[in-house]
Amino acid sequence: MSAYGRALLGIMRREVLRFLQQRGRFIAALVRPMVWLVVFAAGFRSVLGVAIQPPYQTYITYDVYIVPGLIGMIQLFNGMQSSLSMVYDREMGSMRVLMTTPLPRWFLLTAKLAAGVAVSILQVYAFLAIAALLGIGFRWQGYVALLPALVLSGFMLGAVGMFLSSTIRQLENFAGVMNFVIFPAFFLSSALYPLWRMRESSVVLWQIASANPFTHAVELIRFALHGQANLTAAAIVAATFTVALALAMWGYDPSHGFSARRLRGGD
Amino acid sequence: MQLSRQAGTQGGRGGGTDALVVRGVSHAYGARKALDGVGFSVSRGSFTALLGPNGAGKTTLFGLVTRLIGLRTGTIEICGLNLAGARAKALAPLGLVFQQPTLDLDLTVRQNLFYFAALRNMSRATAQKRIIEELTRLDMAERVDERVRNLNGGHRRRVELARALLHDPALLLLDEPTVGLDVESRRRIVAHVHDLAEERGLGVLWATHLIDEVLPHDDLVVLNRGRVVASGKAVEVAREVGEDDLDGAFARLTAPEAGGTAESGRAGAAEAWRA
Repeated sequence: MSAYGRALLGIMRREVLRFLQQRGRFIAALVRPMVWLVVFAAGFRSVLGVAIQPPYQTYITYDVYIVPGLIGMIQLFNGMQSSLSMVYDREMGSMRVLMTTPLPRWFLLTAKLAAGVAVSILQVYAFLAIAALLGIGFRWQGYVALLPALVLSGFMLGAVGMFLSSTIRQLENFAGVMNFVIFPAFFLSSALYPLWRMRESSVVLWQIASANPFTHAVELIRFALHGQANLTAAAIVAATFTVALALAMWGYDPSHGFSARRLRGGD
Repeated sequence: MQLSRQAGTQGGRGGGTDALVVRGVSHAYGARKALDGVGFSVSRGSFTALLGPNGAGKTTLFGLVTRLIGLRTGTIEICGLNLAGARAKALAPLGLVFQQPTLDLDLTVRQNLFYFAALRNMSRATAQKRIIEELTRLDMAERVDERVRNLNGGHRRRVELARALLHDPALLLLDEPTVGLDVESRRRIVAHVHDLAEERGLGVLWATHLIDEVLPHDDLVVLNRGRVVASGKAVEVAREVGEDDLDGAFARLTAPEAGGTAESGRAGAAEAWRA
């Protein structure tokens, strides 16, 4: 096996081990979307139906509609959690072990990103299994087609989180970022309601939600879960990933990025 | 006072090139200069103490050697590989123990070491063998499946040292590795690393502000306010400064240039001793 392959596997194994051993994190990752699905969606199910619109070919109930949004939520939280763990690792020093590995920095950061995506995919399929037990299931082709969509959206959200982590000086500052990133990204998207409904109430909010990359990640997931491809959403997610990754690389470059500035004042 | 040894000209006991050569390295954080034209070398098989008070620039120097900070002025060579040209590859012969603890507390000792071994392209079988070898040397083999969170500070440091040696490095860098440890743990680690330099022909750069960690026959580089103010064998440095012991020499060498005295520097050294 090449040095790259071995390092990638090592980084992924560590991330999965950490996730499995932090049981609270595993449970929280599942409880959060389940609360939305069981409480929020159940309440709205009786009052809100979703009109026929792609990828749906018939009227659907609200709990079916919300599942892709909740998958996006899992990946969004996981992306931010990974970046939080990068800030923590940096403060605790273990990021130094990774950064002093004799492999290119772009590779190490991408491998770290891939590890976070792997963890988010585990969470998503665990969530889908519980949803299926609750009677909200999809065709098996949907579960298979979902995988590449999850990889792409997971990389995008992870790269955004990684860039944010490169700009944050201290762990304490992270809560503010969560408020300014996670909540606007989630609520100003098609995760909870179709965009046309938002347009009826506010054109400005509809425009913002239409431009929100998270909306496109959710739509990519929604179409995939119904065995269809949304190429426009895939292109926007891929483009956002590329830009975010480039910014993250710059942020972690010791001679140019935020990391260089953060080291000022050291011994 | 400047007692300098020319950097990078002699091979060490291990033969061939020096393990580390630092030439004309400067670094500034904005207007504040952290390092100013620093130059020295570490021979293979030698224990070199980088001695300096807090704020002398030791950690900045480590950051530059490990590429955690971008090098702008000067050259650094690790086992003959220029850091600027070879980039990340130059870090391959390097074993590191950072000032901050860097183990993952939620993982076991074995899992932590396997993770590092994967980053250094070691197969599982080789890693398994080396993990047991290094931990055995440090009397830690029986703790291999314990979570790091359950280990005390001294044991965690031993695990970090075992990790730094896992891939059989040619150069070992330790940035104040005994901070926060009790006297016995410090003594054990200092002795172990001295043995390693001698037995394995390892080049060791040990940054510290604790004078008692430096032995008379060690190579010594004294860093103060970002400059190398003396270098050579510890015993010779003390003699050339006109002091009987390193305590006095360090106090004299690090006394504030403007308005400072050897006495005030000595007080600082005494403080360091107490720390």
